Amino acid sequence: MSSQPGRSVKEAVAQGIGRRYRNERIFKALGLAALLIGLGFLAFFFYTLIANGYTAFRQTRFLLDVELKADVIDPRSSRDPVTLATADYQSLVRDALRARFPDVTSRGELRSLFALVSPGAGLDLRALVAREPNAIGGTRALWLVADDDVDVMVKGHVRRDVPEIDRRLDDQQVGWLTELEEQSRVALKFNRYFFVGGDSRDPELAGIWSATVGSFFMLLVTLGLSFPLGVATAIYLEEFAPRNRWTDLVEVNINNLAAVPSIVFGLLGLALFINIFGLPRSAPLVGGLVLSLMTLPVIIIASRAALTAVPPSIREAALGLGASKMQMVLHHVLPLAMPGMLTGTIIGMARALGESAPLLMIGMVAFIVDVPESPLSPATALPVQVYLWADSPERAFVERTSAAIVVLLLFLLVMNAAAILLRKRFEQRY
Amino acid sequence: MSEVAPPAAAPVAASTPPVQATPAVEEGYRTVGDYTSTKPVMQARKVDVFYGDNHAIQKVNLDIGRNEVIALIGPSGCGKSTFIRCLNRMNDTIESARTSGEITLDGENIYARHMDVVMLRARVGMVFQKPNPFPKSVYDNVAYGPRIHGLARDRADLDEIVQTSLVRAGLWTEVKDRLEEPGTGLSGGQQQRLCIARTIAVNPDVILMDEPCSALDPIATARIEDLIDELKQNYAIAIVTHSMQQAARVSQRTAYFHLGKLIEVGDTDDIFTNPRHKLTEDYITGRFG
Repeated sequence: MSSQPGRSVKEAVAQGIGRRYRNERIFKALGLAALLIGLGFLAFFFYTLIANGYTAFRQTRFLLDVELKADVIDPRSSRDPVTLATADYQSLVRDALRARFPDVTSRGELRSLFALVSPGAGLDLRALVAREPNAIGGTRALWLVADDDVDVMVKGHVRRDVPEIDRRLDDQQVGWLTELEEQSRVALKFNRYFFVGGDSRDPELAGIWSATVGSFFMLLVTLGLSFPLGVATAIYLEEFAPRNRWTDLVEVNINNLAAVPSIVFGLLGLALFINIFGLPRSAPLVGGLVLSLMTLPVIIIASRAALTAVPPSIREAALGLGASKMQMVLHHVLPLAMPGMLTGTIIGMARALGESAPLLMIGMVAFIVDVPESPLSPATALPVQVYLWADSPERAFVERTSAAIVVLLLFLLVMNAAAILLRKRFEQRY
Repeated sequence: MSEVAPPAAAPVAASTPPVQATPAVEEGYRTVGDYTSTKPVMQARKVDVFYGDNHAIQKVNLDIGRNEVIALIGPSGCGKSTFIRCLNRMNDTIESARTSGEITLDGENIYARHMDVVMLRARVGMVFQKPNPFPKSVYDNVAYGPRIHGLARDRADLDEIVQTSLVRAGLWTEVKDRLEEPGTGLSGGQQQRLCIARTIAVNPDVILMDEPCSALDPIATARIEDLIDELKQNYAIAIVTHSMQQAARVSQRTAYFHLGKLIEVGDTDDIFTNPRHKLTEDYITGRFG
């Protein structure tokens, strides 16, 4: 309209349009920059982890000719499993070393020679004899696991040319090691202990299996408790509960619970489950209970969101046909909401798997060598194992810490990928 | 600067009367025309509905007759949907809704304490504005009602119910080879006929339809209208519609609602050719809406 005050539309728009596009470009550039910085940090994180950790998947072994002397292993030829299991296999390893270095005679020198081989070597021999009792009496060329001090030197983490005082192996031991290397009797082999072993004071024997089993039991308890409870709570609040001040209060508190620092849940678990209910310390059961407290609000919130996302038309359709409220929920709403609920649950579980602080409070930070047999046996968890190793002084634990983190991240990656797949697979259009 | 369209107040051609604000009705208004039916299935007497403080419908008396289609028309927000949602107590699902008055189904008060909503909704089915098939197969959509109510003795029985319902809904020939495909994969019109099949599978006494064609194209609409005409031989049907032509085409009786009051009820022919109330006349001639 010509009577309209102000400038013409064309003029006004033309003047401002450059500024609008510039703002848009700046905003896009900022977003991209933020993304790149984030990706950079992530790449750096993965690089350091993997660069530090990949060496832990292999370990140094010595090729030694071990004579499986019958008079040491089974003097009475009884083939009794107890006798076989309790024999002094480490002495066979020592004899093999002595045979390889006949010049070494003094007690002190012998002690430092024997220190090159891990105490795990004897255990490997025991396993061999248990597997093949016929090997007794013969001589075998075996790759025996080296001590961690040898391992870090072979891998180059500790250099040989530093002054003797700055390394754990003395010049004589380095000499023996070099001699063995010249005979091609030193090699890096796959580190089996890392995957099947429990924690150990000897880094070369330490593994993540016991922590993995501990984490598994814990997650089992957490899932078994928090999923049904969380889904039931969400269904009740979303579909059945009246909207009043009480339900509002409950809702606010559930949201608050999701934000409570996890260590507080750990203290609660210590006070409630261990001190009042008298459940065992360090047990995955208690860990699972504590993590359930932590995961419940996450699952409830995700499940409620999934329920709200189910269109009301589906509910009306079911009710209009004469379905009861329960039938409506079980037959129609729940199946449609389930992928969302499961996604939330998996993300909650992944968080629980990575949690360590509350577990410190309930004694799951203990030094556990054995693989836990049930949710009641003492156990530790993967992130706590990382924490324990990161705290250990031995150089060989550095790479094991990183390797354990890599394994933990792999588990998390698999779980999150499962959540995404589940969402994609069951995404319904209605 | 270029010319823009003239302001709304400018005079326009007489053939398109100006749209006015919805006029008010005085308190204590009494419905014009006969709200009773000669063969009633459902009878509503002095029905009031409140949504919180909002008095959605006021003292409505209306009968739903056997083997006839009654159309409920009126401007948006007049309470026609609210009224039919009272007839199968779907308003119960809205927390703030309160209903008073008496509605009977075959002489039984549906708001009585001993009346079960599950039972009621099995006898008074409903078809909604937007086609809302379950995200299940065509078969399962139709079989759902009979299944939860235990209407079929065995699988063969159920198959027959499903087939009869789909045939009656005029959908059988189109879907008989794709019974296992999801109902959500059908076209909009087919989905709505599937919803009708699902409703009649329970064999209700009354079918309530809340603007069943508003999301459909004219061809699909015509098919639904034909279907409604056939269905009235077996069921009492109450249909809410915004289309005056649709009301005129499918219904035998028409009720005009206005701001929560039932203004006028009568035979459809009378209402459309000879409306007695000024508001009815203004509405059907398009003076407001």
